Amino acid sequence: MADRFIEDKSTKVAVNLEGMGEKVDFNDLKSGGFIKQRQKDLFVVRLRCPGGRLSTKKLVEIAKIADKYSKKGVVHFSFRQSLEILYVDYKEFNNIVAELEKIGQKVASCGPRVRVPTACGGCEYNPNGLTDTQKMAEMVDQKFFGTPTPHKFKTSFSGCPIDCARTKEMDFGFQGVVEPVWDEPLCTGCTICAQACKEDAIVSDPDSGKPIFDPNKCIFCGDCIRACPTESWKAKRYGHTVRIGGKHGRHPMEAVEVCQFLPDEKVAEAIQKTVEWYNANGKRGERIGNTLKRVGLKAYLDYMEPVFKSGSHPSFKAPGK
Amino acid sequence: MSEIKTDAFLDLRGVMCPINFVKTKLKLETMGEGEVLELVIDDGEPIQNVPKSIKEEGHKIVEVKKEKEGFFRLKIQKG
Repeated sequence: MADRFIEDKSTKVAVNLEGMGEKVDFNDLKSGGFIKQRQKDLFVVRLRCPGGRLSTKKLVEIAKIADKYSKKGVVHFSFRQSLEILYVDYKEFNNIVAELEKIGQKVASCGPRVRVPTACGGCEYNPNGLTDTQKMAEMVDQKFFGTPTPHKFKTSFSGCPIDCARTKEMDFGFQGVVEPVWDEPLCTGCTICAQACKEDAIVSDPDSGKPIFDPNKCIFCGDCIRACPTESWKAKRYGHTVRIGGKHGRHPMEAVEVCQFLPDEKVAEAIQKTVEWYNANGKRGERIGNTLKRVGLKAYLDYMEPVFKSGSHPSFKAPGK
Repeated sequence: MSEIKTDAFLDLRGVMCPINFVKTKLKLETMGEGEVLELVIDDGEPIQNVPKSIKEEGHKIVEVKKEKEGFFRLKIQKG
């Protein structure tokens, strides 16, 4: 019964270290990243690119290595933003890993462990971005990459409620939010905020033009703050909506919100404790969403209370003032 | 409130995003710091996006008037 939830068994086979019959030093390859192809002896080599970001210099060097080792001269952008070099002969693993190592490029992972985080562009250069998703993805990759878990554990960072990094489909996802506050004396009643709000959370008073805010409709995107010409709408605080238990695959599940406005500096702790809880409660081959269904969300929330209390309850509504 | 004196005028009614913003930007580039551009833009997508982008470029929106016919009149001070 539980086997129904184990995905990818037949298609993504991690390299069997003993069965290769070659003198290959696999010490560095323990977390996988080598995925067997249909073609005899050929593997996909998945690189580790947190947030899908690469320096141009590194990309040029990767291109040279890919050109040398891919028997077909092709790469593929994986669904989780990492570059994959296709058609690599397993007998050359040692050499390709050594060459990648020289340019500071690591190989990614597959199997039951914390995977490379994905992320959108974030606040560094995307005008909608509220959180530095790239910085967060890099931090999580540094701290948690390859940590063993009962099944795969995917994380992602979206910088705003548009949620391009699909935190609702992640085992553990973080989506940027901002709490807007309105400072009446600065307001000129120009009505731009009501125009800018795509959620109808702000309507303009017909007489004064000043905003009437509906906390139930606000999704914390910050469009009002960016649009306001007089800085009357301001950011009270930034943080992450934290979601857990999502997945895609054969039996998709939507993640549930477990914390609102978790600050940046608590993200590592949230992941640390969640992985601890998952390892203590999850069955082998069971995604955390199914563990939560089996064990109950309350047990998890109780365990996470010391971390999640730094944010707000998932049902938090912005007062707007 | 006394009338804010303007130095240039741009009517961008019927001009789509992001061309309306690009035209605003080009106009502002020909102007001196502190000068004021009067801008007419449509309701809907343009008013949702153009003021945000103008702010991000470091200019100041000093006046906003909503006209009954479904457009906005903005005054922008070059930053």
